[in-house]
Amino acid sequence: MKNKIFFSVVIISFLIIFFVLFKGLQNTNIYTPQVDIKKDIPYFEAKLFDSDIVKNSNEIFQKEKFYLLNIWASWCAPCRDEHPILLELKDQVNLEIIGLNYKDNIINAKKFLKELNSPYRLTLSDENGIISIEWGAYGVPETFLIYNKRIIKRYVGPLNLNSIIEIKKFIE
Amino acid sequence: MKFLKYILIIIFLFNLNLSNANENNSHSKITKNLRCLICQGQSIHDSDSEFANSIKILVSKKLNDGLSEDQIYILLKEKYGEWILYDPGFNKNTYFLWLLPLLMFIIGGAIILKIFIIKKN
Repeated sequence: MKNKIFFSVVIISFLIIFFVLFKGLQNTNIYTPQVDIKKDIPYFEAKLFDSDIVKNSNEIFQKEKFYLLNIWASWCAPCRDEHPILLELKDQVNLEIIGLNYKDNIINAKKFLKELNSPYRLTLSDENGIISIEWGAYGVPETFLIYNKRIIKRYVGPLNLNSIIEIKKFIE
Repeated sequence: MKFLKYILIIIFLFNLNLSNANENNSHSKITKNLRCLICQGQSIHDSDSEFANSIKILVSKKLNDGLSEDQIYILLKEKYGEWILYDPGFNKNTYFLWLLPLLMFIIGGAIILKIFIIKKN
């Protein structure tokens, strides 16, 4: 009788372990960033894209309105794809778009904005990528919707038509 | 007197070199324990992606600012989650990970002991 109980416990334990490991096999091992993050924006200082003036995050995000921080680079093809969407959002009353130029060649970046038109009220420079890391970003393009110095939503990859609808819903 | 001066200069230079070596060691130790999130299977230390290079610069900057190894891990964990660390801490998400080998060892040991006792009887 004792033996039976013992073996039953062993078999059940192994079955539980097997089930948990089997479930784990189905989980993705690719990093999936959290998009619904609600946390304070990091403090940072950045040079303006086309001058030596340094601005800090408190100055940039001081108004009580929505901000969209868009991390972009001229060498990034998806940034070109999402550009018309940013231009469409540019004229929203309650929204300001801030660009963070990521590890870019300034001449190419200027050409990019001249060719496609700039949706940004302010363009900052992130020469070595540290500011993007402080934001928890992991590539370009990436966009953060901000209100009251808090991140409300994060868009990893290029913005699309659904993102416009969602952003408009937030700011209305 | 001159001789003493030379010795002091040599000791000073040697110490400078030593502190730089220590910094390099902790930089490489930290970056080896960080996972490159955009290149699967590589550490930040091994990867040459834009993301990894930015993290390497950030780690150097934080070490220069006087942050410890653990403080840097905490900082990056806050931004990217536990996934960025190759050596995850002991918390409610990793109980199973850390306790499973121990559990299997206990169960295995119990089986062996049981069989041994049955055979003996």
